[in-house]
Amino acid sequence: MTNLVFLIPIALGMGALGLLAFFWAMRSGQYDDMDGAANRILIDEEEADDE
Amino acid sequence: MAQRKRTAVNAIASLQSFDPDHLSDHRFTVPGMRCAGCIGKIERELPLVSGVAEARVNFSAKRVAVRHDTSVDEADIVHALERLGFEAQPVAANPLAQDGTETKRLLRAVAVAGFGMMNIMLLSVSVWSGAGGVTRDLFHWLSALIAIPVIAYSGRPFFASAIMALRYGRTNMDVPISIGILLATGLSIYETATGGEHAYFDGAVMLLFFLLAGRALDAGMRDKARSGIAGLLSHMGRGASVVAEDGTTRWIKAEELQPGMIMMVAAGEALAADGLVIEGATNIDNAMLTGESRPQPVNPGMTVHAGASNLSDPIRVEVTATSDDTAIAEIARLMDEAGQSRSRYVRIADRAARFYAPAVHSLAVLAFASWMIAGAGWHQSLIIAIAVLIITCPCALGLAVPAAQVVAANALLKRGLLVKDGSALERLAEADMVLFDKTGTLTLGRPRPISLGELDADGRAVALALAQASRHPLSKGLAAALQLDGVSPAKIGQITEVSGSGISGDWNGLNVGLHRPKTAGDAPASELVIGEQSVRLEFADGLRPDTSETLAALTHLGLPSHIISGDRSEVVNTVGSELQIEARGAMLPQEKLGRIEALKTSGHRPMMVGDGLNDGPALAAAHVSIAPGTASDVSQQAADAVFVGESLLPVASAIKVARETMRVVRQNFAFAIGYNVLAVPLALAGLVTPLVAAIAMSGSSLIVVANSLRLFRAAK
Repeated sequence: MTNLVFLIPIALGMGALGLLAFFWAMRSGQYDDMDGAANRILIDEEEADDE
Repeated sequence: MAQRKRTAVNAIASLQSFDPDHLSDHRFTVPGMRCAGCIGKIERELPLVSGVAEARVNFSAKRVAVRHDTSVDEADIVHALERLGFEAQPVAANPLAQDGTETKRLLRAVAVAGFGMMNIMLLSVSVWSGAGGVTRDLFHWLSALIAIPVIAYSGRPFFASAIMALRYGRTNMDVPISIGILLATGLSIYETATGGEHAYFDGAVMLLFFLLAGRALDAGMRDKARSGIAGLLSHMGRGASVVAEDGTTRWIKAEELQPGMIMMVAAGEALAADGLVIEGATNIDNAMLTGESRPQPVNPGMTVHAGASNLSDPIRVEVTATSDDTAIAEIARLMDEAGQSRSRYVRIADRAARFYAPAVHSLAVLAFASWMIAGAGWHQSLIIAIAVLIITCPCALGLAVPAAQVVAANALLKRGLLVKDGSALERLAEADMVLFDKTGTLTLGRPRPISLGELDADGRAVALALAQASRHPLSKGLAAALQLDGVSPAKIGQITEVSGSGISGDWNGLNVGLHRPKTAGDAPASELVIGEQSVRLEFADGLRPDTSETLAALTHLGLPSHIISGDRSEVVNTVGSELQIEARGAMLPQEKLGRIEALKTSGHRPMMVGDGLNDGPALAAAHVSIAPGTASDVSQQAADAVFVGESLLPVASAIKVARETMRVVRQNFAFAIGYNVLAVPLALAGLVTPLVAAIAMSGSSLIVVANSLRLFRAAK
């Protein structure tokens, strides 16, 4: 019974963390261009010199 | 590191230096972006253009956001994009924030409901597997603590809609949902407070989650279509270059044009207002307005109408009427009236709800009453009534329609057809005949060269290089046809364009050019000059590729086709006999509308496919309508679906996929009803525990979604 005191808040906290992460991702525009993100990985970057 | 990577991949900064005070942002729609290479090309090469600071592509919306110095204007950037090989148009200042607000709100509600559902389920599973006494009470309290805020937040879309329906004395699917959820929550709180054995928080939240998922899918589909269509809408012709008395020109929006102003209309531009030609002679294309495919020659003193486009030479036009009283305004009025019948269409889910909602209410009330009479006490009777409400609550029904329609709409999108909403898919499936406009719908509506065969490889390469540098409609048609043939442009130096006469340059020391032919013929033509030789290239408005295949496919599906066109009867009849379908020409917009109305009165469900302003009223009145992506803005807005690209085939696939979708929707309904037939007696008998309800609900929802996913294959 006592371990529930820790486990339940941890479970809830992790769920809440996921929820917050989703809200953040949505607000910062991560879902605005899903097809573009899928395609950008294929672009060859020539500018390797901007270190 | 992350920051560096972001600049490298996401936006390529220009090497030029800019004064941040003089930068402005504009967005352009570029429908031709198809691959990763296009993203890279635009983002890498646009900032090399002088005055452009940064370019950022949104691939899903087919848009490019450009930050540029105020010294360059939108037209310069459009031209720069055209040189990179992309057709582009500026997007009207549309506040970004308004795109998809509703979908985002629904998605947030889904996320919150999902979070609540998982955590409550975690607690419920322990209760079901035998937790008792203090532990069970604690878990119920915890569930209540999570569920109440979650329901208050995620339930709002349903509560708001239910209140709206009740206020007008009606009932919809949201009324039983809201009552079920509120009763279940209320009773569960009571149970929790009195240390009872069962709480229904899990059921209530899970119900919310699945129903919201259906709503979010539906809203997302509409957003996608809306942004796709917004991307196609042209924003040219929405204004004009007005010449002031001192000879300077400035761009004035169509709404602000006043009679008496002098507009400069360049070749390729559309007229923004009705007017009188005062200087210059040209050919204008009235196809959007009347369907007439032959360019009309105009001279000073003649009247030209808004919506027509100037084909060959720059003219000056004195504005006589503005946007409120142009020929277009009359068409808009007809469309408003014609569109009203369609808003009365009832979607299949709402038709189902009309029978379903009262049935659910009476069943629950009946259960409560019978158990009371049977002497079960009000508490147990209420629990059973709630179980009936929850188990019949249309989880599967709520998902049945949107899930299938979203899958179908996405599959159609991949084939080049944008469907505006679910109701359009339902009406597409019901269409029983097709009426086609001719100019711009069955034909491309743009001049294409018909005598390319006479050119050798060098001639083609030179022609393409010259045509690409010009914005003249004939040049654009020539460039498009040559690019389609896989010709790559020759290297030409010193290109100069003289408005009204042609374009010339230097190729390997030879003088080359594309000129207006010295002798005028019947068809529009242009003359390609290479050194001493010259070739006459004739242009005509040809049929779209796959036209006869499309008509055959439609006939096979049981939809006879007809042509109703505003073009001259001889031309229309020739096309009609070539395609072997009934054709009528010389029809006014009112007559097209009348034909549709007559067909509807005689019990038909006509589908209209058209592009011009003159098709607008018919598009709005038809049972369902499709417009090509090149159509006038008005027509695209009136149509239920828009197809992009040159092929006509998406029209036939639209019908096929729509019918397939309705088959799946009906299967989903049959399944949902079958599930209710099994589950309701159990609920009425008081045998449904929360565990059974939860499994039954999620199980049925998953089956419905899986069934809908089959449509992906059907559309291929």
